[in-house]
Parts: sequence; C-alpha cells; structure tokens
Amino acid sequence: MTSALTLATAGPSGLAIFWFALIGVLWVGYFLLEGFDFGVGVLYPFLGRDDLDKRMMINAIGPTWDGNEVWLLTAGGATFAAFPLWYATVFSGFYLALFLILVALIARGMAFEFRGKRDSARWRFWWDTAIVVGSFLPALLWGVAFANFLHGVPIAANGTWVGGFFQLVKPYALLGGLTTLSLFTLHGAAFLGLRTTGDLRERSRSIAMKLAIPTLVITFGFFLWTYLDAVHRHHSGLVPPFLPILALLALAAVGWLVRERLEGWAFTATAFTIVGWTATMFLALYPRVLVSSIAPRFDLTIANSASQHYTLMAMTIIALIFTPFVLAYQAWSYWVFRQRIRRPGEEIAPEGVETPSVPASTDG
Amino acid sequence: MTNLLAGISPLVLARWQFGVTTVFHFLFVPLTIGLAFLVAVLQTAFYKTKKPEYDRLARFYGKLFLVNFAIGVVTGIVQEFQFGMAWSHYSTFVGNIFGAPLAIEALLAFFMESTFIGLWIFGRDRLSPRLHLASIWLVSLGTTLSAAFIIAANSWMQHPVGYKIDQATGQAVMTNFWAVMSNSTFISAYLHVLTAALATGATFLLGIAAWHLKKKNDTSAFAKAAAIGVVVLLLSTLATMFMGDNQARLMTQQQPMKMAAAEALYNSENGASFSLLTIGNLSGDPVFQIRVPHALSVMATGQWNGKVAGINELQAADVAKYGPGNYKPMLWVTYWSFRLMIGFGMLMLLLGVLGIWLLWRGKLPTSRRYLTFATWMIGAPFLANSFGWIFTEVGRQPWIVYGLMFTAKGVSPVGTGYFATSLIGFTVLYGVLAIVEISLMFTLARRGTAELIESDDTPDDEQAERPFALIY
Repeated sequence: MTSALTLATAGPSGLAIFWFALIGVLWVGYFLLEGFDFGVGVLYPFLGRDDLDKRMMINAIGPTWDGNEVWLLTAGGATFAAFPLWYATVFSGFYLALFLILVALIARGMAFEFRGKRDSARWRFWWDTAIVVGSFLPALLWGVAFANFLHGVPIAANGTWVGGFFQLVKPYALLGGLTTLSLFTLHGAAFLGLRTTGDLRERSRSIAMKLAIPTLVITFGFFLWTYLDAVHRHHSGLVPPFLPILALLALAAVGWLVRERLEGWAFTATAFTIVGWTATMFLALYPRVLVSSIAPRFDLTIANSASQHYTLMAMTIIALIFTPFVLAYQAWSYWVFRQRIRRPGEEIAPEGVETPSVPASTDG
Repeated sequence: MTNLLAGISPLVLARWQFGVTTVFHFLFVPLTIGLAFLVAVLQTAFYKTKKPEYDRLARFYGKLFLVNFAIGVVTGIVQEFQFGMAWSHYSTFVGNIFGAPLAIEALLAFFMESTFIGLWIFGRDRLSPRLHLASIWLVSLGTTLSAAFIIAANSWMQHPVGYKIDQATGQAVMTNFWAVMSNSTFISAYLHVLTAALATGATFLLGIAAWHLKKKNDTSAFAKAAAIGVVVLLLSTLATMFMGDNQARLMTQQQPMKMAAAEALYNSENGASFSLLTIGNLSGDPVFQIRVPHALSVMATGQWNGKVAGINELQAADVAKYGPGNYKPMLWVTYWSFRLMIGFGMLMLLLGVLGIWLLWRGKLPTSRRYLTFATWMIGAPFLANSFGWIFTEVGRQPWIVYGLMFTAKGVSPVGTGYFATSLIGFTVLYGVLAIVEISLMFTLARRGTAELIESDDTPDDEQAERPFALIY
C-alpha cells in the first residue's frame, strides 16, 4: 500500500462512475424505505396510546423492515467491493458513530421480533425503549455522517485519519442529522396515515401536519448552507440547484396533501423529498467520495479509491442480472401487504374514495 | 481508562472483538441454515400428506426458527461493518477481491431471505399454501447462498487464488473471478459448513422432540420429528466428517503449519500418530498421552506412512520464504479446539447411530435413556461449530491473508480507547442478548404444540379478504 494517490491524476473510468451512481441509488433506496421504518419508531411513544396501537405500528412495518435494512448491507458491500479505500476510511474514521448505529440497529431488530413473545409489561417496556432509541439514533446519525462526507473530515494522504470522533460533531453536521431525523419522522407519519385506520390514522395525520413546517424549515436551511458552501468552494456539482428546489417544493406540499386526505400523494411527496435529499448529497460529492477538511488534494475521489476494472466489470454483470429479480420480489411483497392495518374488533369502515393504492408503486 | 489500557495494543482488542462477535454470530447461523431447511421439509410434508402433525411441527419449530433467525440477522450487520471499522488496512488491501462476494451475498442472499421471511411470517393467511411453502424454501435457499459467499471470501483468506498484487497501489486485485469462486478450499469448507449446519438443525429438532416425548406431550407429532431428526443427523454427520477429512488433506498442502499445529507436531514424521489428548504441556514433552498410531498421517496425507511436516521444519521454511518472524499459531488453542471439534462431532455421530438403531427397532419414541441423552446433546453441535472456526482462524495466524498479509498489518489506526469501548459494548450487549434469547427459546420450546392442537386449520379460502392479522 504505497500510495493509492498515484492514480489520482487519471480521471475516473465510466465503470467507476457507474458504481458511484449505483451506491447512490442503494442509499436512496435505503433512506426511502428504512426512512419510514425509523419514522414509525421515533413516533412510537407519541402515537402509540395503548398496546394495540403499538402493535399496529410495528405490524405496519413488520413484513418489510428486514428487507429494507438489506439496502444498507448492500450499499456497504458494494462500497467495500467497488471503492475499498472509501469503505475502509469511512468505516474506521466514523468508528464510534457506526458502533452506536450498530447497537441501535441490533436492539431495534431484536425488539420487533421479541416484544410480543412474552406477556409481561416490563418485558414490553424494555423492547419499546429499544425501538424508540434504536430508530432515533440511526435517523440522526446517518444525516450527521453524510453531512460530514460532504463538508470534510480530517484526512491526509491515502485517507489517513488525523482527527478524533468529536471533530465530526459540528454545526453543519448536526443540521444534517436534524434534517434526516425530521424527514424520516415526517415520512413515517405519512406512511402510518397510509397504512392504518381509525384513531391511529387520524393521529398520524395530525402529527404529520404539525411536523411539516418545521421539517421544511430545517431542510431548507440545510440545503441553503450546502449550496452556499458549494458556491464558496467553487464546486459546481450543485449549481444550479434544480434537485434541492424540487425536493423542497414536494416537501412544502406535504402539509396540504395530508390535510386534503390525499395520503398516497403525501407519502409520495415525502418519498420524493428523501430521494431528492440523498441524490443531492451524492451530486454535491461528485467526483469526490469523501472530502478532506485539510486540503483538497487529500480528497478521496471516485478515481483514486475505485477498484480495478476487472472487479468492477464482474460486479456489474452480476448486478445487472440479479437486481431486476430483487426489485420485482421486494415490490411484490409490498403489494401483498398493501392492505391497511385494522385495530382488532374495529368496525370495518365502508371503503370510501380515499382508498389508497399507492404504496406498491412507491417502494423504489 | 488510559492507565487501565496501558500496554494493551489495539491489535489485541480488535482481535478479541472479532473473535467474540464472530463466534457469537456463528452460534445462530448454522441453526438458521439447518432449521430453515428442516422447517421447509416439515411444511412440505404437511402440504403433501395433509397430516395435521406435520403442520403442528412446522409451526412449532418455525417459531423457534424465527427467534434464532432474528439474532443471526442483527449480529450479521456487525460482521459486514467490522472489516472496515476495525480492519481498514486489511479492507483496503483486499477490497478488490474480498468485497465482491460480500456485495453479492447481500444482493443475492440477504434480500431473498429477508423479503421471504416477511412473506412467510405475515403471509400465512394472505398467500396460497403453495406460495407460502415456496416462501420458506426461498428463505432456505437464501441462507444457503449466504453461507456460500461468505465462505468463498473466508477461503480466499486461507488460500488466496485468482489475484495479483498491483504494483502501483500495493493492493491485491482480482484477475479471475471464477478462480475465487471455485477455490478448492472454498468447495471443501462450504460443504463441511453446510453439512454441519444441517447436523446442527437435526440435533436441535431431535433434542427438543426427545424432551417432549419423554414428557409424553403430543407423541404422534414429536415421534415424527425425532425420526426425521435422527435420519438427517446421521447422514449429515457422516457427510460433515467426510468433508472434514477432505479439508484436512487440502490443509496439509495449502497451510501445512495449521496441520502441524493441530497436533502440536514439532518434528516431521512418516507414519505420524495422532494424540487423543495430552496431559502436561504441548512443548513436545508431554506427561501423558493417548496416541492412535499412523492416524495423523492418514488424516493429513491419506497414506499409512505419509510424511507430515513438523512445526520446526515449517518455521524454518517460512523464515527462509517470508523473512524472520514467528510463524507458529497459538498451539494450545489449535491443539485443543481441533480435538474438541472432532470430539463433539463424534458424539453427534454416536447420537445418530444409536438413534437409527432404535428407530429401526421401533423404540425411538420410548427409550427414556436415549431421549435424555438426545436432549442434553442439543449443545454439542454449537460447541463443535465454534471450536471448528476457532481452530481454522487461529490456525491461520500470524496471517490475516495466508502468505500475503500479517494480521498485525491489517488493523485500523483507531485508538485503544475506541476499540475498548466497542469491545466492552458488544460483549455486554451480546451477553444480554444471549440470556434473553436462551430464556425465550426455553420458554417457547417447553410450551410445545399444545396451543396448536386446538386451532384446527381453516380451509383454504384465499379469495376472502381477511383483516391483516397482528403477528408481532
């Protein structure tokens, strides 16, 4: 490992750019899907008035949360294979943050499966806590991490880390964390409005309306900071900022769509905002993958951290063959579970005009 | 904290962390692989025969399977992240090759098992019986594929093939994908792990059935489970041993030091014997040993008088090849883990042979001593699996990639405090999870099929729109 930067002078190959984009798509899929899982977990103590409410909320994401999490594993694996230096630098540099995320994801995953397996209030209390904390922490920390990728982390040559954990805690990164936290929470509220009935559905709607404006303000602030920063550093990836503007327009419509009971559209709008946010981050990074706060010459780029042509080619062939199947059966599982969750014993309301049929078409 | 950690290197902590998290993860994985297959078999038996006993068994073992599956999934995320977090130099060095099977594993296997496990859990009333059955088979296929890719990756660390070292970056880069995926080490290790997983599932199936048979609970169903368990156990244990034997000869060619370390054989020997146990130390001067003549030579070379290279000769050869250094793994670990793996495997073979004999005589459901033995044996495959991995990973030391990179060179430049935090954190978390998991398993296993006997199966009217049942 003499110097990975000897390749830096050459531009990135088309295949490497394709893998950068593909990893972007995997993160888009992950945030789009597990975003609402996290949101449901964050809203859990506010919307779950009794045990049945809570069970309805867990069951709304029950059949699909595990599949949603695999988007993260695939993004991680793809980064390892296609950009080993990026993977190694980020994962070792964000050591404590990732440790916290792992603990959160473990506790939360166990909670879904174990919570209902014993009839004891104390047992449920601990798993409930795991669901809330385990959803809140990753929702916040993913935003902190992505903001840091873009804003810069203390790396010198070859991705050598020259700073500590607390250098990752800075205003811009915290704003990034607040952005993902609020977006995912709103997304979760829109999801519950779409997937439940009765009281729980009404409460989800009302909380979505309350969250819509603060989320818009936070997201706008984050985009503005990101944009001004890009202009200041003469980095043109985001100029002109079409994508952030479209994402903000969609987000601005959420409150109104929820009030008008267009729940399918409201969910589509939060989904679009999350897609727009994630895509904006990757566009702003391009052609870098991890920005150095020390000097631009230390930036990790697509060119200097990519695997060689042979590996990328082998991976491309496999991805092209199998991805359509994965998308098809995951979409199908959403279709199978498209029906709203009813509170047991609740009167089956006559199916009105607002019967939703959107979720199967918005699952990425 | 800093004082407390003085003198402890990040390397030691990173290795302990990898050991703790991996052994823990692999307690659950073989049971997931084995039980997914066996639950699929039970559900297929019900689908074909419509006998309600098979339905009860599929549901009962299915519930235990899910408890186990969940913990395997969440601890698996740590595995994928840990390479980059704690072994960043290793990750940069091998990413071109090692990363590919990991990414493919996620794409091909993890999506399949996670999506279809959701469909299987929640789809009982929403899918046709045929699609519901297909779901569990796809889960089983997913777990089997997952094992294939991760073992392909591990086998490359044991026996690197299909690569070259890039002069500009110093990284190992892939030159032949098929060579990596058809590595002889991989084929052999994969079949060994797969058959061991099946044996684990079968021992679990049999052991719990035995407990209920002894209590005379639902004997019509559990007698069937015990019979299936015994047959699968015998066949899979024999296959595991056959593949293990095959691996031993490959290991002698590819990693001779590991074979020598398995016996703590210092001097090269023709017709070397195998010691069943040693009292005293392993420095070549034992107090007491029981030795089986020629057994080591037969195991390592397939020949009665085959030559087995000793540690001293191999150490000298490695110094000549790679430069000065200590190329010996920790002998007491390799020596004892190798024997414990084989020993517990032999016990499982005994369980299978006795069980087949009783089954043939029609006494399997009533032989109380055997049933007690079978229940106690539930722990054996977990111990055998763990010792097997400890042997093969410790035996590779001091290499992280055999012949290419030392373990000490692979560790991340992360501070001791961080490693200590995560090591303690994971150990405590996993400890709590283990207690919760085991107590829940006991509760559910003891409950048996009683609650399933009342709920007779409703006829298949998949057309009717039923409200979404709350499962969790």
